[in-house]
Amino acid sequence: MKDEQNGAPRTLPIQSATFSNPVNAEIRRASATGIYDIRGGGAKRKLPHFDDLLFLGASISRYPLEGYRERCDTNVTLGTRFAKNPIQLDIPVTIAGMSFGALSGSAKEALGRGATMAGTSTTTGDGGMTEEERGHSNKLVYQYLPSRYGMNPDDLRRCDAIEIVVGQGAKPGGGGMLLGQKISDRVAEMRNLPKGIDQRSACRHPDWTGPDDLEIKILELREITNWEKPIYIKVGGARPYFDTTLAVKAGADVVVLDGMQGGTAATQDVFIEHVGQPILACIREAVRALQDLDMHREVQLVVSGGIRTGADVAKAMALGADAVAIGTAALIALGDNDPKWEAEYNALGTTAGAYDDWHEGQDPAGITTQDPELMKRFDPIEGGRRLNNYLKVMTLEAQTIARACGKNHLHNLEPEDLCALTLEAAAMAKIPLAGTDWYPGKPGTSY
Amino acid sequence: MQTFDLEAQGLRALNSTLHAQADNSNQTHWEIVNPKGSHAIAVGLDAPIEVNIKGSTGYYCAGMNKQATVHVHGSVGPGTAENMMSGMVVVEGDASQYAGATGHGGTLVIKGNASSRCGISMKGIDIIVHGNIGHMSAFMAQSGNMVVCGDAGEALGDSLYEARLFVRGSVKSLGADCIEKEMRPEHITILEELLERGGCDAKASEFKRYGSARKLYNFNIDNAY
Ligand SMILES: Cc1cc2nc3c(=O)[nH]c(=O)nc-3n(C[C@H](O)[C@H](O)[C@H](O)COP(=O)(O)O)c2cc1C
Repeated sequence: MKDEQNGAPRTLPIQSATFSNPVNAEIRRASATGIYDIRGGGAKRKLPHFDDLLFLGASISRYPLEGYRERCDTNVTLGTRFAKNPIQLDIPVTIAGMSFGALSGSAKEALGRGATMAGTSTTTGDGGMTEEERGHSNKLVYQYLPSRYGMNPDDLRRCDAIEIVVGQGAKPGGGGMLLGQKISDRVAEMRNLPKGIDQRSACRHPDWTGPDDLEIKILELREITNWEKPIYIKVGGARPYFDTTLAVKAGADVVVLDGMQGGTAATQDVFIEHVGQPILACIREAVRALQDLDMHREVQLVVSGGIRTGADVAKAMALGADAVAIGTAALIALGDNDPKWEAEYNALGTTAGAYDDWHEGQDPAGITTQDPELMKRFDPIEGGRRLNNYLKVMTLEAQTIARACGKNHLHNLEPEDLCALTLEAAAMAKIPLAGTDWYPGKPGTSY
Repeated sequence: MQTFDLEAQGLRALNSTLHAQADNSNQTHWEIVNPKGSHAIAVGLDAPIEVNIKGSTGYYCAGMNKQATVHVHGSVGPGTAENMMSGMVVVEGDASQYAGATGHGGTLVIKGNASSRCGISMKGIDIIVHGNIGHMSAFMAQSGNMVVCGDAGEALGDSLYEARLFVRGSVKSLGADCIEKEMRPEHITILEELLERGGCDAKASEFKRYGSARKLYNFNIDNAY
């Protein structure tokens, strides 16, 4: 209690950690509008992540490779199990599926340009394949989604791999949403829907349920495409052990595993922040499933969700992934959320770095929009150049770490190269806590 | 006419032979014997050929069809003619779930009954069912026409977009946002043509039309200020 009359010190006002300002603001917003918050991006809360792991580096027992001179390869082949034409990539960082509709045609073009220069693949998304991305992507993965917007056998045959999307890390179990203001004539036509209406993408495939059906669906897709294309199955980070097992049993060539930090074009905030597991908790379980089936490296594992740097790439690979995929980071490389648009972000009630209303189509950077005026701000050639630079830096960073660990290929990174900084990370990644040889749940230990 | 024994020659040989017909179109008539419920028969065809399947098929028969006419002299498993682009698929018997799912074009005729989720997410295909259809049919159907000469199960046309649904018999219940609509002369004309294409002798005047109330088209309409 305050007691000014006696001149006693006052109790400081204390903000509740539970009812924080953002929480209260959201309660007020919900009570004013009666609708939940929809936004783009991934989980914004702090989660156990790759930052909670460190590489040990070389020492007397392991010798390093010379940083600039000695070879450290980065190539990866995806789809070696059944496909006649596996995909060969120069670097293990791929561009994740992002829909045309969510992104402009020239943003898709820039992703294709950058990925092609860097020697990697890019991926379509909900809404079908555009000429911009097919034309500019040397290796293009074609997503097979529940909505089947724009799905057709010609594009199926001219892609380089097929990705059956079961789920996304941002919203495992959820579908999609594209608000009417982004449904231009072109988007509407590709999706066979009227212009300007809000479009829902179903959360489940319309013509199969469960792993037995999925196996037959894969057979159909292989028959249509002459068994040439690698078939990926993308799952959100929900039950990675079982999902990986079932994907392999259904006949996948590649499993794509997307953790809860993974971005989305638009979903309910409550979904993004409260459903799914962080990617750190998923990788070892997926790898264990592959090992139990004797399929590790035979079926490749691509992981995504919050990958930003070459260190993240190296850590994901040390945990057993064959490659990674990036979404949000690629958009930032193109110029999304750039502080140079700060005044315009402010006008939209936000700030550079926090802008996530990608679904509203008003992106000042001209990337997540279908507005012709905003789109003019984005140059796909410059965007492609920037993405290529960024992919090169990530690769050099990952190589730097691999050489320091004495590895002549990124694939040779292994769990033994790592230690964990927190108990949570130790438990999730099954990596010993720094300074110990122990992690929670380690076989042969009692707690 | 060429005869292909699926049991003896296998699925891969069948589909690759049929795919090769695009460049070799003097063989326009194919007969497939011994289908024995196999999956993915005659998928991804893209030539103006005619394929007769003598018996019943498994999943995804004639999936993603373009141009070809596929005639099944038996019943079909789930997902027949899924994502069809053009051409025609005729089923003499019954069809399992998701017949014509996501079809973008062409005509699917089912002379028996179709199970649940017939025409789910259809995007331009015309589906003509001589018998009844199961629950949740035409869920999220975007465009195209569905004609049902018999009855429709529960939740017909849930979350419907712009597809037209014509039902002659009873409708157990309508799904969210699906309503009965007036049958205007232009709809009678469309329906008569569909009935003829589907080989039905029903009269267009016996049908009711269902379509979207378009109330779900804008997500937050009730909350707008
Ligand atoms: C703008 C945007 C659009 C997306 N669209 C799709 C999509 O159409 N299909 C899909 O499977 N995933 C989609 N995703 C998810 C990405 O494929 C990927 O899983 C995710 O972005 C990876 O996490 P990261 O953003 O942290 O790199 C989208 C992500 C973003 C940011």
